[in-house]
Amino acid sequence: MKFTTLVSATAIVAASVSFVGAAQARDQVQIAGSSTVLPYASIVAEAFGENTDFPTPVVESGGSSAGLKKFCAGVGENTIDVANASRKIKDKEIATCAENGVKDIIEVRIGYDGIVFASDINGTSFQFTPADWYRALSDQIVVDGKLVANPNKTWADVNPEFPAQPLAAFIPGTKHGTREVFEEKVILAGCEASGDFDVIKAANGDDKKAAEKACMALRTDGVSVDIDGDYTETLARIDSNKNGIGVFGLAFYEGNTDKLQVATMSGVTPSTETIASGEYPVSRPLYFYIKKAHIGVIPGLKEYAQFFVSDEIAGSEGPLAQYGLVSDPALADVQAAVEAEQTLGN
Amino acid sequence: MTDVTTNPASETPASRKKTSLLTVDALTRKRNAAETRFKAYGVVAISIGVFFLAALLWAILSNGMSAFQQTVVSLNITIDVARLEAAEKSIVKTSKYNAIIDEALIAKMKDAGVETEMSGKDLRKMLSSGAAATIRDDVLANWDAIKARDGQVMQYDVLASSRVDGYLKGRVTREALARDKNLDAAHLDIVDQLVAKGTMVKSFNWDFILGTDASDNRPEQAGIGASMLGSFYMMLVVLFLALPIGVAASIYLEEFAPKNRFTDLIEVNISNLAAVPSIVFGILGLAVFIQFMHLPQSAPIVGGLVLTLMTLPTIIISTRASLKAVPPSIRDAALGIGASKMQATFHHVLPLAMPGILTGTIIGLAQALGETAPLLLIGMVGFIASNYPDGLADGFFSPNSAMPAQIYEWAKRADPAFYERAWGGIIVLLVFLLTMNILAILLRRRFERRW
Repeated sequence: MKFTTLVSATAIVAASVSFVGAAQARDQVQIAGSSTVLPYASIVAEAFGENTDFPTPVVESGGSSAGLKKFCAGVGENTIDVANASRKIKDKEIATCAENGVKDIIEVRIGYDGIVFASDINGTSFQFTPADWYRALSDQIVVDGKLVANPNKTWADVNPEFPAQPLAAFIPGTKHGTREVFEEKVILAGCEASGDFDVIKAANGDDKKAAEKACMALRTDGVSVDIDGDYTETLARIDSNKNGIGVFGLAFYEGNTDKLQVATMSGVTPSTETIASGEYPVSRPLYFYIKKAHIGVIPGLKEYAQFFVSDEIAGSEGPLAQYGLVSDPALADVQAAVEAEQTLGN
Repeated sequence: MTDVTTNPASETPASRKKTSLLTVDALTRKRNAAETRFKAYGVVAISIGVFFLAALLWAILSNGMSAFQQTVVSLNITIDVARLEAAEKSIVKTSKYNAIIDEALIAKMKDAGVETEMSGKDLRKMLSSGAAATIRDDVLANWDAIKARDGQVMQYDVLASSRVDGYLKGRVTREALARDKNLDAAHLDIVDQLVAKGTMVKSFNWDFILGTDASDNRPEQAGIGASMLGSFYMMLVVLFLALPIGVAASIYLEEFAPKNRFTDLIEVNISNLAAVPSIVFGILGLAVFIQFMHLPQSAPIVGGLVLTLMTLPTIIISTRASLKAVPPSIRDAALGIGASKMQATFHHVLPLAMPGILTGTIIGLAQALGETAPLLLIGMVGFIASNYPDGLADGFFSPNSAMPAQIYEWAKRADPAFYERAWGGIIVLLVFLLTMNILAILLRRRFERRW
């Protein structure tokens, strides 16, 4: 019986396989982070692999916070080189990074993304203002001069011009960078525009920070649903609840115009043009962050960053703009900063 | 008198009714009715099951079969060596090829007799944005041959864009295109004419089965091939680790280990491990293999190790069951003619248990093949399966995805063409699982012995 030899042979093969691994050097750039930036990053990664001698970088998704957490885990080949984020890195995250030895971080702004409100193609068309969204979703609103738990049940309660369609909103979960933009540029802006802010500020003892926080606290009675997954999940929710209104990235909406209709915000229809000009109010810059310590260690890292922000890729005629990114008017400054490896705080 | 004296047994007491096998009384009817009802429940249960299975298969096939066909356009490209050389000097080399494609498209419209006022750039919306890369890859691969054909015309088949492909598959309608900035209805008129001319055809999509993942800009180019390799490497690791470890552990536990509290404890824990949710193994893999042992991220070796942990209990349990099924008389006979315990086990018991062990291993592998959850945590989901591994050994360490993870990733992406591919990927995965299960059944049928 040759069974024993077979067993020992396979065991040796298996053991040798599992121990060679640690010694192998990594030759491709590893990226993780925001699912909003993922499509752009993968378009760039693909083109980078095609146009250079470097292998195609690996791009994982999972949200801005998750990506930055991975990014700040330390320096070395088994940590990622680049974190994509749909918001700026926070001071707290910079501190965590520094604690783990990630001291020099290069911030690269790649362009702007619009956040749009879209509903089922066959449903009602909406013309929103930030105040509508604040009155629809905030935990507490001012009614007759008094702060009460949000009583609104339908869009007609929020604004008499709207039909009596039940309120149902699908908004990004807290791990998404989009959520913060939504809270700040829509809910908080609406809070201030509707005049409730002063009442809430007074109720919070004139503490501006606390008042802002109170404004942005969303109701928890099931009217607003946090979506922790991707926009595909939001789309599926709207598909099953035709009254629902979802928060999407502009690029996602533009890829699904057969299922979704977009609402205007303060009278402006979202498009790459209105976002670039700043007319459309709900947009945010997109970033990626590079570990400077990895430049020169991981082949192709700096080249990837330069390739990403080159005019032919991130410019207004490039493939990213074609996919829905609003290109950065100050792209030349970004290119210079990448070239000089300018780190945060310098 | 004899006429009067009847058999006392046939005399029916008042309390007992006269029964016959031919007439059915109330009690029997009741019992029969209960049986019929039970059979009906069974039939209903099975029909519900069959209905759901049929609905599932129908959904998978109707959504996914279209992924196996892809629209391609043939283009006549005039080779201009000077121009191709100039393209290699720019940063984004493929963009220079786009200009060449634009000219070829305008010439094509003329040849096909299609009247249009669209510019080459507008016409190019009908093609995959990967078309330039397809042509460039071919040019670079055959550079010497291409150089010799300066000024000649070469025919290239390039992919049509996902919108055009969707139109030919009935997924995209003219009404929907009115709000779509990627393609206009005017393009569809051209598409119709090209299809009639036969220069735009749907053909079998080998790229889907053999190709690599593609970015969101060109879903028409995405394939499951690279992630299939990822799955293959993971299964290799699982096979070479889980089978020997699992079999050795079960032989020891079943044949040699003393029966005491400690082995009982191990036994209980193995059964418990089999029921641990797979995501737990993913977290364990992240902590142990990546953060502690510093194995590379997103690598099939780590995926394989995690899946090994997950599969081990399955293999151990099925191996022990098949060892137990070998009758003690075999062992006794071997021991009786003077074999050592080890000889009895390895020469007699193990060969007889082999079919059961292999079946259990294949089922365990099939389970591991379809597993996604632990792979999420070790970085195998995302835009990852875009490179083929460089070599046999590199396949274990270079980042890759796996089939179920790739399907999950596609299902998340925005373009509807990726959704179609997700279903297509499910078909491919099911074919693999079905093959493995059939193999397991065949092995069992062919070699299993009953006592």
